Amino acid sequence: MNRRAVLAFGLFGATAALLGVGLTLDPRELPSPLIGRSAPAFALPLLQQPDKISSHREMLGTVWILNVWASWCISCREEHAALSALARSGAAPVIGLNYKDERDQALAWLERFGDPYALSLHDRDGRLGMDYGVHGVPETFIIDRKGVIRYKRVGILTQDIVRDRILPLVRELQRA
Amino acid sequence: MRRLFSFVLAFAATLAFSQEDPILEKRVMALAEELRCLVCQNQTLADSHAALAVDLKNRIRELLREGKTEREVLDFMVQRYGDFVLYRPPLRTATALLWAGPFILLALGVSGWIAWLRKRNTPEAEEIS
Repeated sequence: MNRRAVLAFGLFGATAALLGVGLTLDPRELPSPLIGRSAPAFALPLLQQPDKISSHREMLGTVWILNVWASWCISCREEHAALSALARSGAAPVIGLNYKDERDQALAWLERFGDPYALSLHDRDGRLGMDYGVHGVPETFIIDRKGVIRYKRVGILTQDIVRDRILPLVRELQRA
Repeated sequence: MRRLFSFVLAFAATLAFSQEDPILEKRVMALAEELRCLVCQNQTLADSHAALAVDLKNRIRELLREGKTEREVLDFMVQRYGDFVLYRPPLRTATALLWAGPFILLALGVSGWIAWLRKRNTPEAEEIS
């Protein structure tokens, strides 16, 4: 085999390897600039009690999980089992952020699939979602006692992610 | 006839509304050209009609109306969505390869080409493969 062929094969192999790695990456997984920053402030009505306003201040002192969901979000159904198990474990309160949804449809969804949330905020116009940099529902955040965002996941939660990432981090933050 | 009239009226109203402030609209669109649609990643906000893109354009309009500068609007977006939202990412360590990459590739290509030309011009290098 001459040198030129070796070079061509080498180049081909290198390119294929590079593209191969690219295929395994998820372009939706963007580094969030929000990690390590204070969670955005909010005062939003509760989904179940529209006349009651909930604020981010009520969560100070608690490690909590924020899950962004909507009745129109098909993947939210996919993560529902893992999320429900996480909520049932009682590791930390799971707050729902009902994003750009109609109240009656959101309530019907919870009725149909089960309500894993300690409470659900109703972000009708998606304003708070924008402050959280939401771009692909479902998204999940972990917020520490001081109200700082420590973790962000775009896309569905699985049992593996809950076990390997969420629960260890929640416990660590609760000890701190 | 009356129906047609109300149609025309409604159309004129939408037209009037969207042309309400042409300078503001120009600024909104100029910013939207600089920003990436996060749902359809290879489009600018200006090109996209995805729900989030429309929301973000409306937010840009609001921020400009509140008197925010172009710089402040871009900062608002970067704070929430990261550098990725900018179509022209800033030069940082994380993006150095992105900026230098094309020039490195060009240099490699040119030097390879020159090496090949030199080899071709020397008679003893001639061989039948």
